[in-house]
Amino acid sequence: MIVLVIVAFLVRESLPAWRSVGLARFVTDASWHPAPDASEGTFNLLPMIVGTLLTTAGAVLVAGPLGIASALFCRYYAPPMLARPYRMMIELLAGIPSVVYGFWGLVVLVPIIAGIAQPGASLLAGILILSLMILPTIALVADAAIGSVPQESLQAAAALGLSRWGTMAGVVLPAARSGLLTAVILATMRALGETMAVLMVCGNVVQLPGSLFAPVRTLTANIALEMAYAMGDHRSALFVSGLLLMGLVTLLVAAAEIASRTRPSHRQA
Amino acid sequence: MTTTPGEPGLLDHANWTVRPSAAHRGLDRAVAVVVWSVAAAITLVFAWLVGSIVWRGAGEISWGYLTGPVLDAGRGGGIGPVLVSTLLILLVCLAVSVPLGLGTAILLAEFSPRQNRFGRLVRRSLDVLAGVPSIVFGLFGNAFFCVWLGMGFSIVSGGLTLACMVLPILIRATEEGFRSVPDEYRLAAAALGMSRTAAIRHLLLPAAVPGLVVGLVLGIGRALAETAALIFTSGYVTRMPESLWDSGRSLSIHIFDLSMNVAGGNDRAHAAALVLIVLLLALNGAASWMAHRWLHRQVMTA
Amino acid sequence: MPVIWNGLSVAFAVLVLCCGIACTPGASSSQAENTNGSQLSGRLTLTGSSTIAPLMAEIGRAFEAQHPDVRIDVQTGGSSRGIADARSGLADIGMVSRALKEDEQDLQPFPVAKDGICIIVHHDNPVRELTDEQIVAIYTGSIDNWKDVGGSDGEITVVNKAQGRSTLELFLHYFHLNNTDVAADVVIGDNEQGIKTVAGNPQAIGYVSIGTAEFDAGQGVPIALLPIGGIPAGTAAVAEGRFPLSRPLNLVTREEPTGLAATFIEFARSPDVHDLIRRQSFVPLAE
Repeated sequence: MIVLVIVAFLVRESLPAWRSVGLARFVTDASWHPAPDASEGTFNLLPMIVGTLLTTAGAVLVAGPLGIASALFCRYYAPPMLARPYRMMIELLAGIPSVVYGFWGLVVLVPIIAGIAQPGASLLAGILILSLMILPTIALVADAAIGSVPQESLQAAAALGLSRWGTMAGVVLPAARSGLLTAVILATMRALGETMAVLMVCGNVVQLPGSLFAPVRTLTANIALEMAYAMGDHRSALFVSGLLLMGLVTLLVAAAEIASRTRPSHRQA
Repeated sequence: MTTTPGEPGLLDHANWTVRPSAAHRGLDRAVAVVVWSVAAAITLVFAWLVGSIVWRGAGEISWGYLTGPVLDAGRGGGIGPVLVSTLLILLVCLAVSVPLGLGTAILLAEFSPRQNRFGRLVRRSLDVLAGVPSIVFGLFGNAFFCVWLGMGFSIVSGGLTLACMVLPILIRATEEGFRSVPDEYRLAAAALGMSRTAAIRHLLLPAAVPGLVVGLVLGIGRALAETAALIFTSGYVTRMPESLWDSGRSLSIHIFDLSMNVAGGNDRAHAAALVLIVLLLALNGAASWMAHRWLHRQVMTA
Repeated sequence: MPVIWNGLSVAFAVLVLCCGIACTPGASSSQAENTNGSQLSGRLTLTGSSTIAPLMAEIGRAFEAQHPDVRIDVQTGGSSRGIADARSGLADIGMVSRALKEDEQDLQPFPVAKDGICIIVHHDNPVRELTDEQIVAIYTGSIDNWKDVGGSDGEITVVNKAQGRSTLELFLHYFHLNNTDVAADVVIGDNEQGIKTVAGNPQAIGYVSIGTAEFDAGQGVPIALLPIGGIPAGTAAVAEGRFPLSRPLNLVTREEPTGLAATFIEFARSPDVHDLIRRQSFVPLAE
């Protein structure tokens, strides 16, 4: 319904770019220095695609285990008095707007990283801030998933003499797998679409990052920076990158669908 | 049957009767250390983040700040008009998305069995919609609502754009709420001879309210925190809006401008951020409270 | 029944939209004005530079206080947006934070204030002066260590502005560079982002609006303004016209402004607003 409208619109706006720039140029041009006339500028999107993928993947890799650990903490390790305030804290973290995260990142995190390696505003900063932002999502959804593991499984594990960790690794986590996967997918989508925070901490240099400390620019930050004044083919090129983002999201959704369908039936240990 | 956090559950030490081997105990302890340190680290970062906001911003907040006009590019005066704009945008967003979302959710939950192709298509496109980056919504909103439909920079454009963003979350959560209503309710309603409409209105709707509320809360949370989508649709103006067609900046845009564009706006930015967070908390709390009360009443009197 | 409900809500939404279209003021403002004496009314839309936007918002407010039936709407989007919107009519007045280029002579510029661009480094950086050639070398990457220009050993972190910003264009123009020549380490958007980046990094160098930098430095932000061509950076130098990297802050219109727009532009250039200009750390035009 609405998705179709948006997609149609995006496609229509990107058409001029398709025609005059051509698909190959998005990957083979020398750099990203767009101009309203396709013949004058260069339109290589590849570094930014890589930037987007790396920041997202990095953030998920960092926040995934941490979020799951946090959920385990809340459900199993925390004494009753601690668990509720802890969860409320996570819910609060989930509500902080991205500008605030970006602002804090720029003023606190980037100088710290700069102390280790210049320039500070870097892929690492982006990954850290993004993981901070998606951590609550993962933690909360994982928490719900872990909480819905049936008591019988836990009882069975206890009866079998499994240690705490054994129970968690062998019973709880696999049982909650689909919920955990949902958590990770949701978080990935959020990380993929984040604009303001990465705009402030990633450095925004269009290049393939040579190291964790190199600055990058993501597709989203690029749209935000250039949309206001882009004209002609440049504007269409930006819409192309928008379409690309939607494509990535669609892929993710499809992957989630497949994953949930081929989930193996719960085997009794 | 689920474990409730905080209650002594099966995995707490008090309930172990069979002692695991020494190696397992060592591993257990190591894992415990890791998990506790993760939680501690998260708490620390949280305290740091929120602490710095509160510390830098709390000093600026007063009743005058909350209601006064924006002066000196935001460095003076207050955020009254900004708050009003933000709330109006939210209102427009909800006014459009709640009926639409509710309707679609009912459609999906009650009238399309899960494996129905139409239902799956809709659900999948909703998932995609939910994942679309906010800046793309900003592009779309600007070109569609502001330029093509001619609404210009206005609260309505912003609200409608936000509605597009919030709709998928709302629909999904509400649908889950409907699905979680046990079938017995529906069978009982049928047995009693209630029409479908009546059943939905009096029985299922109230029971699905928690799902709706969760969706609302999540949606409002996302809407309030939006910057990129609004900067091109509802605009930058700091004046108290006189109609829905006026342009008015939202609180998050105000924070962005103060911290990134205006010299010396830092403390104000922190104060505004604090207000935003408190607002979110208040809305969350109100929504949960409403859900509980409504649920109680409906269940008791149904 | 839900289908009907759904259909109804869609119809409702469409109805709202239609009403909206029917009575919307339109993307370009309708200057429904009646200028009988002092009773001006109507709405002006300004879009463009984010540097000037806070200033114009303040001036707009002052104007509205004098003429209660007028509404001045200020939107951002960058100087290039200001030019495009003024040309296409989407905005009544464009805000452009630089002088007009040769291919923009179809527009009418009305300067309202002056500003400059200065190079900033971290306060702790011992380097306090750089020649033009050194700046070019740093920005193109031929010099990449502070010790080569008299500072302590350390990699130089070059902060550049994003494309489309007039600060960038002015900088490039003065130093005869192309954006493709610049080897930047960090690219920023608005002025304050640049200041925060440099303030947080003792090895950074960047350029921002003089007024903003001066204001922040005065507030204790750890940055230092470097002189250009030997002239110390500051609004005083800009006011006296001595500072080489100065720029006018312009309001542009497509044709000769009339009615409300003319009155507003005149107001924006009058001595009444000099206070506001100074408060935003810009330099009023010659008093």
